Amino acid sequence: MENKLYTITIFSENTVGLLNQITIIFTRRAINIETLSVSPSALKGIHKFTITVYANENTVDKVVKQIDKRVDILKSYYNTDEDLVHQEIALYKVATDKLLGLGSIEKLVRQYNISILEMNETFVVFQKSGHYAETQQLFDELSTTVGVLQFIRSGRVAITKHKVERLSDMLETLKKFEQ
Amino acid sequence: MEHKKMSGSQILIESMIKEGVDTIFGYPGGAIMPAFDALYDYRTRLNHILTRHEQGAAHAAQGYARVSGKTGVCLVTSGPAATNTVTGISDAMLDSTPMVVITGQVVAPLLGTDAFQEIDVVGITQPVTKWAYQIRRAEDIAWAVARAFYIAKSGRPGPVVLDITKNAQIQEAEFDYKPCTYIRSYIPVPEVNKDQVALAAEIINGAKKPYALVGQGVVLSGAEAELKTFLEKADIPAAWTLLGASAMPTDFRLNKGFLGMHGNVSPNMKTNECDVLIAIGMRFDDRVTGDLNTYAKQAKIVHLDIDIAEINKNVKADAPVLGSAKDTLPAITELLKPAKHTEWIDSFKVYDDQEFDKVIRKELYPESGEMTMGEVIRKISEATQHKAVIVTDVGQNQMMAARYSKYSQTRSLITSGGLGTMGFGIPAAMGAKIGAPERTVCMFSGDGGFQMTIQELGTIMQEQIGVKMIILNNHFLGMVRQWQEMFFEERYSFTEMQNPDFVAIAKAYRIDGTEVLKRDDLDAAIADMLKDDKPYLLVVNVEKKGMVYPMMPAGASVTNILLGE
Repeated sequence: MENKLYTITIFSENTVGLLNQITIIFTRRAINIETLSVSPSALKGIHKFTITVYANENTVDKVVKQIDKRVDILKSYYNTDEDLVHQEIALYKVATDKLLGLGSIEKLVRQYNISILEMNETFVVFQKSGHYAETQQLFDELSTTVGVLQFIRSGRVAITKHKVERLSDMLETLKKFEQ
Repeated sequence: MEHKKMSGSQILIESMIKEGVDTIFGYPGGAIMPAFDALYDYRTRLNHILTRHEQGAAHAAQGYARVSGKTGVCLVTSGPAATNTVTGISDAMLDSTPMVVITGQVVAPLLGTDAFQEIDVVGITQPVTKWAYQIRRAEDIAWAVARAFYIAKSGRPGPVVLDITKNAQIQEAEFDYKPCTYIRSYIPVPEVNKDQVALAAEIINGAKKPYALVGQGVVLSGAEAELKTFLEKADIPAAWTLLGASAMPTDFRLNKGFLGMHGNVSPNMKTNECDVLIAIGMRFDDRVTGDLNTYAKQAKIVHLDIDIAEINKNVKADAPVLGSAKDTLPAITELLKPAKHTEWIDSFKVYDDQEFDKVIRKELYPESGEMTMGEVIRKISEATQHKAVIVTDVGQNQMMAARYSKYSQTRSLITSGGLGTMGFGIPAAMGAKIGAPERTVCMFSGDGGFQMTIQELGTIMQEQIGVKMIILNNHFLGMVRQWQEMFFEERYSFTEMQNPDFVAIAKAYRIDGTEVLKRDDLDAAIADMLKDDKPYLLVVNVEKKGMVYPMMPAGASVTNILLGE
């Protein structure tokens, strides 16, 4: 089976040590985590992890079952890019003088839909959100034209194209078990 | 309502009593001293067994849990004590044994400072537990203990670690105990799905050569009777995994024997001849399946398991049935058409006869030469009317004991299956005897494994635990030696052992024992061992280069079985 990029979504209780519980499941199988993003979900007290990995589907399926099995994990599932609306955010710091040397930055801003977060006499910080390829393209262009002093890209955040979040189904099912 | 204030230590012990704990295996030390101090007031209500090493406490708790079905409990201090339990915790994880291990921890303000005997117990044990949790406040103890026992015992059982800081043991809190019966992120027993049951029944009803594999899930869910009804209704022959041993009595008509690397010939061969393979509470371990690419490819697979992560993990299921075997077996049985598969069942006999002629006869009934492991095990099984709890260490002694003991009731083989822990034998036998005091407990060990936890003879002496210990002494690490003979050109790299006088060591611990050097003395020695309920050590010098056959070499197909010369 071929390796593809899979996005694993995990909903968990907000308890100490959960990230370790999740990452050791990847470590044990020598799977590298490409990106990781953790934040509180729309539901109070429930955290959401978004993890991307290159692996084959068979492996991802088993890994997700092992994650789901952990006591404090509410729900875990995986998707490929076709099922998702996903986004990453990147910040680029470039030298102000070099940037001004370009003459105009209007073309750059329009072409890449950049926003400027900070500007002073020494540096400018751009922000761009998009898919990996899009943020990478801007990085490549800035690197060749003005040079990039610092660069950071976030982990992926993603939303499925399903109508409702699968966690809602899960919480619905759980009501049956509650006294 | 105002609740009574108590110290965290008292809360810990009161909570365990609420959970029905009557026995604790432990070892005191700095960070758990407040809990041990509280335990002193509960001596009449809680039986604490002081082991000689924390690994012993963990294996003893396992033996206790495996034989009784109750949750085993360990109480130890921080740091090295906690790390010493990790082997037992890992063993319990792989063998789905309910166990709660309570470790002391340094006071909360010192956490993360490399304080004396501080180690990251939760971090270390997370990969090998169902749940590992650190308690830093007295008011969290009752809640965490309730949750720990619920998680350890429910669903697919397993070990839980509670790491309790010393300040939490000392501080006071109100004691208000609520048992845990529900955790929203945890569904221990999946609901039985009618469609899955119907599909499984349909496949089994269509089978001409159905065949069942019985795992520990049957024992853990207490579904032995349901299994029998299921097998009898559709006349399905069945074999057992190492941990499924004794789920069916040996003399049950449809019990066809032991699966796996050193299992019987017919159970392995028939895996690749059946048309429907019904796996019940077993996880297709590599020691059972051998090469997965050639495993049961001709058969439709019906897989009953409580753990969804086991479905399609190693073998793809045509009909997965999720749930407890206690629920799923009767649900399927109800839909089964009564059937007879006489010809199919009789066809096992060809292989059975072959195995008896080539392997079993000379192992169990040797007429000359040195004593064999098999004959010792056969004689002890007979002398105990096949009613004893058999505990094993790991290696040749284990495979021989599993093969040649007969079983008349469930929970009669306590052995380290998944982890294969040498040194498991003595402490697990202690726990088993305490968990089933009315039963005879016979522990088979090799000379190697016995010395890994030999210090527990001290515990046996102090507590007068009536275990019957049998060392099958071949002066070798026998299983490794066997592999060296078969696969490493007889290069016996560090497997020969010069052994102490085991009987003298037992005597030093005030434990009776005897060493048997000649076949003629064996029966009398066994009779002497079993004459009362006191601990006893029987050392039998068996052939040095004995082999466990049949053998399916690691990674080979289930039909590639070696029978020896």
